[in-house]
Amino acid sequence: MPELTQMTLSEVRKALADKTVSAAQVTQAALLRIDATEPKVKALLSVQAEEARALAESLDATGPDPAKPLWGVPLVVKDVLATKGVPTTCGSKILENFRPVYDATAVARLKDAGAILLGKANMDEFAMGSTTENSAYFATKNPWDLDRVPGGSSGGSGATVAAGQCYGALGTDTGGSIRLPASFCGIVGIKPTYGRVSRFGMVAYGSSLDQIGPMTRSVEDAARMLAVIAGHDERDSTSVNVPVPDYVAALSERADLKGLTIGLPAEYWDKGLSPEVAEACAAAVKKAEELGAKTVPVKLNLSQYAIATYYIIAVAEASSNLARFDGVRYGHRTSAPENLLDMYVKSRTEGFGDEVQRRIILGTYVLSSGYYDAYYRKAAQVRRLIRQDFESALKECDVLAGPVCPTTAFKVGQMTSDPLQMYLMDIFTISTNLAGLPGMSLPVGLGRETGMPVGLQLTGRAFDEARMLQMAHVLEKNLPPTGLAKL
Amino acid sequence: MKISPEQVAKVAKLSRLELSQEKIGQYAEQLGGILGYMDKLAELDTQNVEPMYTPVDQVSVMRDDVVRKDYAREDILKNAPETDGAFFIVPRIV
Repeated sequence: MPELTQMTLSEVRKALADKTVSAAQVTQAALLRIDATEPKVKALLSVQAEEARALAESLDATGPDPAKPLWGVPLVVKDVLATKGVPTTCGSKILENFRPVYDATAVARLKDAGAILLGKANMDEFAMGSTTENSAYFATKNPWDLDRVPGGSSGGSGATVAAGQCYGALGTDTGGSIRLPASFCGIVGIKPTYGRVSRFGMVAYGSSLDQIGPMTRSVEDAARMLAVIAGHDERDSTSVNVPVPDYVAALSERADLKGLTIGLPAEYWDKGLSPEVAEACAAAVKKAEELGAKTVPVKLNLSQYAIATYYIIAVAEASSNLARFDGVRYGHRTSAPENLLDMYVKSRTEGFGDEVQRRIILGTYVLSSGYYDAYYRKAAQVRRLIRQDFESALKECDVLAGPVCPTTAFKVGQMTSDPLQMYLMDIFTISTNLAGLPGMSLPVGLGRETGMPVGLQLTGRAFDEARMLQMAHVLEKNLPPTGLAKL
Repeated sequence: MKISPEQVAKVAKLSRLELSQEKIGQYAEQLGGILGYMDKLAELDTQNVEPMYTPVDQVSVMRDDVVRKDYAREDILKNAPETDGAFFIVPRIV
């Protein structure tokens, strides 16, 4: 048996069900791993050690429950998801002391499935950033190389999984915030179709773009977590009431990729890729061909407009969503305000960090009278054209494949000075959110130059996560393993 | 698209944020660059394209208007910066 904390979620789940290990042993091993690695990685904003131990003991007292698909499995949740009675800061000082009175639906479903919540993962403040250096508390480091960033904004979730602190984590993805850290940390990350997973209890950034998804050390693990969190929720009016297929069963339906057509968007492969990323992704596509997949070139003509479209829509929605932080019902309130308006202004100015303020101001600007049509409405129109672009491409193929990011994880501090430069890192991931389609990152090896993990991005048709997962599962089994970070 | 420091100050006020003079200048420069990048959308002809505000077509989901008490008042108030035990307290308005 491999060391407990090196096991995948699927392996530990089986060991728990077979009573080879107890929930208390698994939880204790994870907590010890956190103690040993957290000073270096800094992935977690809070750890619920006592609660986790107590729950594990009570689970052990009644024994494994086959009706609970994640029975006894320790998991971590991004700090943007509401957890009842447990701090939920969104990586911001404005919510430093906030303890929600309810669980996000995705969190509640994990708990109902028997999972044990270990801690809350660090993130860029309000999910605004691509490196997790933009947390108001501390920066998270990449477990593969502590001088590099883990990606963001779900960098804490990516790092905690890659460091073996837990068996899976929830992240959220507005423009690539699950797929980028999954790619940089060498793990699997899924952004489901918009509407697949309830957003109830997720503190909103860009409401029409945000989705919650799993980050894990294997495709099967991700399928198991997605199966638990997916499905309609009456408390989120944008969650869609369509059947959820059995993702885990779907994985065993395929041993090869015969009959599958993979579209390769020229715009994602042609320009600006670092040689090591191009090489690793091309090798994975070649392997897919060997396994029987057919590849076809496709066009996503509007890719060059995606970043502009995305940042207009995302900041507009953010400026509305973050208006709720006013120092009245929760969150930071300034001391000794002169009057009500002064209280709003000072509480917000003291509570929000620099990038958040920049995006609120930009969002307010693109929504303001005189600029609304030129920016926000225009972007919403281009968004429809981008979706049509994807729809035509996905008529010619089943899944799109390309890199998650033009480079592997970059060095700490490299992206902090120029906001536009940081926005450009999302070039391959944001269109998926604009179109509302499912996407994922699959580790396909280490870059020849940096030795850092490379992620291949797969994008599927709306609500067709199963086919994307099948393809990833077959590729994962047939590619040389990327391995685990050595810490 | 250039954005002047005066415009930044005006939008900051609308956003209920207070910026130092130094920050206003810095934001004007950065936002000018970002907006300049966004201006490339003007190249595209979008006449007669219906704006897409969400990927989900279901616009309004109706449910019965029933009173539910999911949370206790005292629990809700626990997160408030100032309360009198029954209400949120804010600085005097009138």
